[in-house]
Amino acid sequence: MERISLGHGEGGELTHQLIHDVFIRSFDHGEQARLDAAIISSSSEQIAVSTDSYVVDPIFFPGGDIGKLAITGTVNDLAVTGAVPKVITAAFMIEEGFPIRDLKHIVKSMAQEAEKAEVKIIAGDTKVVERGSVDGIFITTTGIGAIEQSYLNPESMKKGDAVIINGTIGDHGIAILSARKQLGLMTNVTSDCASLNQLIQNILRRTKGIRAMRDLTRGGLATGLVELCEDFNSTMEIEEAALPIRDEVKGACEILGFDPVYLANEGKTVIIVDANEADLVLDILHKDEYGADACLIGHVTAVTEQTGKLKLKTPVNTTRRLSRLSGMVLPRIC
Amino acid sequence: MSLIEIYSNPKITHHLAEEVIESAKLFREKKGRLPILMEVCGSHTMALAKSGIKGKLKEHVRLIAGPGCPVCVTDQKAIDAMIQLSEKSNVILCTFGDMVRVPGSHSSLLKAKTNGSDIKVVYSPFDSIKMAEDHPDKEIIFLGIGFETTIPALVIAVREAETRGLTNFSIWMSTKLVAPVLRALLLSGEVQLDGFLLPGQVSIVTGKQSYRFLSEEFQMPGVITGFEPVQLLSSIRKLLIQLHEGRSEILNDYTYVVKEEGNPVAQHFMEKYLTCHDEEWRGMGMIPESGLILKEKYARFDAKKKFNVSQTPPKKTKCRCGEMIRGVLTPEECVLFNKGCTPTHPIGPCMVSSEGTCAAHFHFMREDK
Repeated sequence: MERISLGHGEGGELTHQLIHDVFIRSFDHGEQARLDAAIISSSSEQIAVSTDSYVVDPIFFPGGDIGKLAITGTVNDLAVTGAVPKVITAAFMIEEGFPIRDLKHIVKSMAQEAEKAEVKIIAGDTKVVERGSVDGIFITTTGIGAIEQSYLNPESMKKGDAVIINGTIGDHGIAILSARKQLGLMTNVTSDCASLNQLIQNILRRTKGIRAMRDLTRGGLATGLVELCEDFNSTMEIEEAALPIRDEVKGACEILGFDPVYLANEGKTVIIVDANEADLVLDILHKDEYGADACLIGHVTAVTEQTGKLKLKTPVNTTRRLSRLSGMVLPRIC
Repeated sequence: MSLIEIYSNPKITHHLAEEVIESAKLFREKKGRLPILMEVCGSHTMALAKSGIKGKLKEHVRLIAGPGCPVCVTDQKAIDAMIQLSEKSNVILCTFGDMVRVPGSHSSLLKAKTNGSDIKVVYSPFDSIKMAEDHPDKEIIFLGIGFETTIPALVIAVREAETRGLTNFSIWMSTKLVAPVLRALLLSGEVQLDGFLLPGQVSIVTGKQSYRFLSEEFQMPGVITGFEPVQLLSSIRKLLIQLHEGRSEILNDYTYVVKEEGNPVAQHFMEKYLTCHDEEWRGMGMIPESGLILKEKYARFDAKKKFNVSQTPPKKTKCRCGEMIRGVLTPEECVLFNKGCTPTHPIGPCMVSSEGTCAAHFHFMREDK
């Protein structure tokens, strides 16, 4: 099997071959691959920029791989601000000995996802490090998006606004745990890893009352909403019974002692919208492949001068406060 | 409706909660105070807080967390020893996730891991058997903490190591038994109680019989219960009805998993491999015959015999987890709670264990008022 050697990262002939055989072939850089920097043009006054590094174990998991994740993650970060993702750059840290076949597979996933999301991968970098210095492959992507109308400012949130999610929570977290095979967990849950930019653009085009969106990744739904509440002085109440959670995910959480509101997602966004437009947003979502299980999970109950809180309505009709995830998600004893 | 949905169905829970409140009012009229019930199991503490039941019943029933969080009851000396063990060269220390954040005198397993100790979080002791096979050049030590729920799995891991002829696998036994600690608690007379919510998982192994002494010797009613809101409320209701009728029976309200006699297979293996010994509990000191260790015949799998760890007296801290475990202090009464002690910067185990009283209070009840 062909493997990545330290020579592939030396900047010479091997590097040149790798870039040509693996990256350029997939990413369609065109003429620009010959320049030191990619030149882009934009007609919008404001642009959005986001960068993220991707490390995942295992690299290939049900529903995706690190390559797909490196595109969807950055695309979604841009999209939830209201930007239209346009271009992406990618930097690869590869461990010596990494199979080139796997690298090609990852790069192909990136190319496919980029095509689907209609973004161009325009620049990149490859470094090879000694065995043991990284775990297989790490990818960093930076995305640039155009703000065509105006960006979403969560400061516009108002009391009574609806909180909507585009589908089930915790799928990615449980899919990854199952794929690791460490916890003896066997499920058919696949990662929800998906680019949501077209869905989000569709919603933004057809509505007027979208106040904010938040891409839910590590830390889960609770952490994402707590950040919105705290950073923008709004208090929200969500209802436990309304949260969309797959039975397999619920079951896995029961066994391991996890709380689905803290499990990672990779294709989920919360949408804070004027309550009058909640039905319209749900309607748009339900017609989209990434919004079929969308539902209303709660409301903004107050916008105050002080730091806001996230509250959860329990099955016995009391409310309790939800905090950020503290530390790691760890399985319990019994 | 799936089972999970039925057991957390808001309509049923609402109805049950109202019934519990009615029964509690009757008790209050009769005795002039709230009924005081102890949930022995840490997972019950969590479930009661998370489901909102604790908050909902606050004005009607006093629910006190008992000594049933395995991580919390582990003595400080034992935690220090585990951290020391992880720092030995050539050792891979395997542990349940709950244990890693617990602060010892000077560090925690998580900090030790950051500093280079090879510590693996596993879900089952079996994972460490596989690790021992995969790393014949390393010593694999499993931190065997837990109650009767977990003990059979530890025993089966030892049996597996024996069958596979592994010489690089051992368990650091720090197990605890439920009945002796409940007896010690009642004998101390330190905390006033009217009844027990008895642990569901432990009872799967021990059966109903192990709690008979509660009613026979202490006239204390107990109900074995599950972990879903409907189950918890149903069992609280059954306790209150007993109190109202002046009965003190041990009832099994978790019948679809807990059998009268428990799990005879698990009991057989526990008897074969383990023997009772006096165990040191956080906050409670030495309790006679309250733990299980490997019999002499299996000493080669006993990490305490295999490795030398210096037992220095633990550093004195302001931690009041001991009182929490005995049920004489609540998180609200602890001066450290959410001030010096938070899940991110814990002073004691009750704040970081996934079954800890303070963790339950911090995550689920801080703003009930």
